[in-house]
Amino acid sequence: MGILVIGELRKGDLRKVTLNAVTAAKILSEKTGLPYDIALLGSSIDGVIDAAKKLEARNVLVVDKPELENYLAETYADVIKKIVDEKGEKYVIATATTFGKDLLPRVAAFIGAGMASDIIEIVDGENFRRPVYAGSAIASAKINTERKVISIRGVAFEAASPGDSDSPVEKLDIQPETKGKIYVGLEETKSERPELTEAQYVISGGRGIKSAENFKILEELADLLGAAIGASRAAVDAGWVPNDWQVGQTGKIVAPQLYIAAGISGAIQHIAGMKDSKVIVAINKDPEAPIFQVADYGIVADLFKVVPELTEKLGKIKQERGG
Amino acid sequence: MKILVTVKRVPDPEARVKLKEDGSGIDTTNVKFVVNPFDEIAVEEGLRKKEKHGGEVVVVAIGPSECTEQIRTALAMGADRGILVETEKALDSDTIARILVKVIQEEEPDIVLMGKQAVDDDSNQAGQLLAAYLGWPQATFASKVDISEDLKKVTIVREVDGGLETVEVELPAIITADLRLNEPRYASLPGIMKARSKPLKIVKAEELGIDITPKVELLKLEAPPERKGGIIVKEIDELIEKLDKEAKVLPF
Repeated sequence: MGILVIGELRKGDLRKVTLNAVTAAKILSEKTGLPYDIALLGSSIDGVIDAAKKLEARNVLVVDKPELENYLAETYADVIKKIVDEKGEKYVIATATTFGKDLLPRVAAFIGAGMASDIIEIVDGENFRRPVYAGSAIASAKINTERKVISIRGVAFEAASPGDSDSPVEKLDIQPETKGKIYVGLEETKSERPELTEAQYVISGGRGIKSAENFKILEELADLLGAAIGASRAAVDAGWVPNDWQVGQTGKIVAPQLYIAAGISGAIQHIAGMKDSKVIVAINKDPEAPIFQVADYGIVADLFKVVPELTEKLGKIKQERGG
Repeated sequence: MKILVTVKRVPDPEARVKLKEDGSGIDTTNVKFVVNPFDEIAVEEGLRKKEKHGGEVVVVAIGPSECTEQIRTALAMGADRGILVETEKALDSDTIARILVKVIQEEEPDIVLMGKQAVDDDSNQAGQLLAAYLGWPQATFASKVDISEDLKKVTIVREVDGGLETVEVELPAIITADLRLNEPRYASLPGIMKARSKPLKIVKAEELGIDITPKVELLKLEAPPERKGGIIVKEIDELIEKLDKEAKVLPF
């Protein structure tokens, strides 16, 4: 019996989000007395195994097959069900990324498990707390099935640090079956910046930015702070920035040290995605903008004046301090 | 083609949520109920597909009798007929999926469109669970859906972390709608009038011959931790001072 953490791979690497799931697994392990295993699915993934071995898992379970090269829910869920059955796992856990959200419910159905999504707290082996109504309330959910599936809100659990464990690796000979779906391709949003959900600094732009071109004014500030750039739904809908820059209830959930919202009014759905940031700064021309209600520091002014000036002044300080 | 779309009755997402004192749920006094925004997008997509490929759009809701309001909204938009699986019982995503299996076994649609998540529960599970129970492929978080001429395959663009992913699925399949799939139409006045006489079948959930016990129980609702109130600063220098000395969040 154990807890199965599903590792998320991207371009031959273990995504950092898996480390948040490992922390959750450790907490669950403490509460239930069950050990955790890490499952890695993919094709030619030997390079990832070393990283996974350092995460203090009981076992690193590997299914390395060409059919698993590109993630497909149908293929992966089938393989995971087989692992769960073979190893007698009681819990399946992964981070609620688009991968986790797409995959885990399918796994839950196959293994007869109830599933709690996007959990922020593990109370005990059956009880979990999770945000609902766009984070306006926290629900206490009890899973009543023997097997349980949970997806975790990444930012609610610290990323586990690799230790010096050397977990045993088991390569499982499970033959994946693909049916009914073909992976065609990915139009990737390329960026040198940190991932939104991992960044310690985030600068987001909203409707007030007014154009795709104007988003550039956030870039210098982002460079200074080593920040990721996010956006409100309005900016994405308008086509100014890519879809995966959207911060909000149904987009990315972020909780950086510092979140700067420029030209964002602060709709409930946007706030849902950033209100656990440590410090929130809001820049908006409209003194009535709801964003000021969650901001620690608000400045009622034109962002086209504030952002460049802020950038300039912070740039000077950074230089003075040899940063 | 037969297109089946699900609609969930949810409290207006623009309204402030008030919790009941005892934490047993939300206070629904004076709360307006609407079709889950993502389901509205799914209905719209169903209508567009019907307009392009012919067929009918069947709308399904599961819940108390008031859900007929949301079915009528979809019918007013242009859906052809509705089905309410009526129950007062608390449901979880899994029960929803298993009830839908029954409806789908009866209706035999070529394609099922659902919203990716309900904005009250935010679970984002029902579509995926349903696909699994049916043994059908799933395409979640769809921002573009194109059905092949021969009506056998669908090409879907999905909004994922990292960008836009394209997949191709064989029908029948479950597709869940994301925000940017389309912009739903408003129901026209003639549409609203016509909706009144479109067929709306009501069946009782308890009579479907399945166990409708939820796997996940909602025990209570609590308010989230409140953020400490903030301040308005007048000058950028003041902002920098605060970030540096008070909040201590500057990385240099």
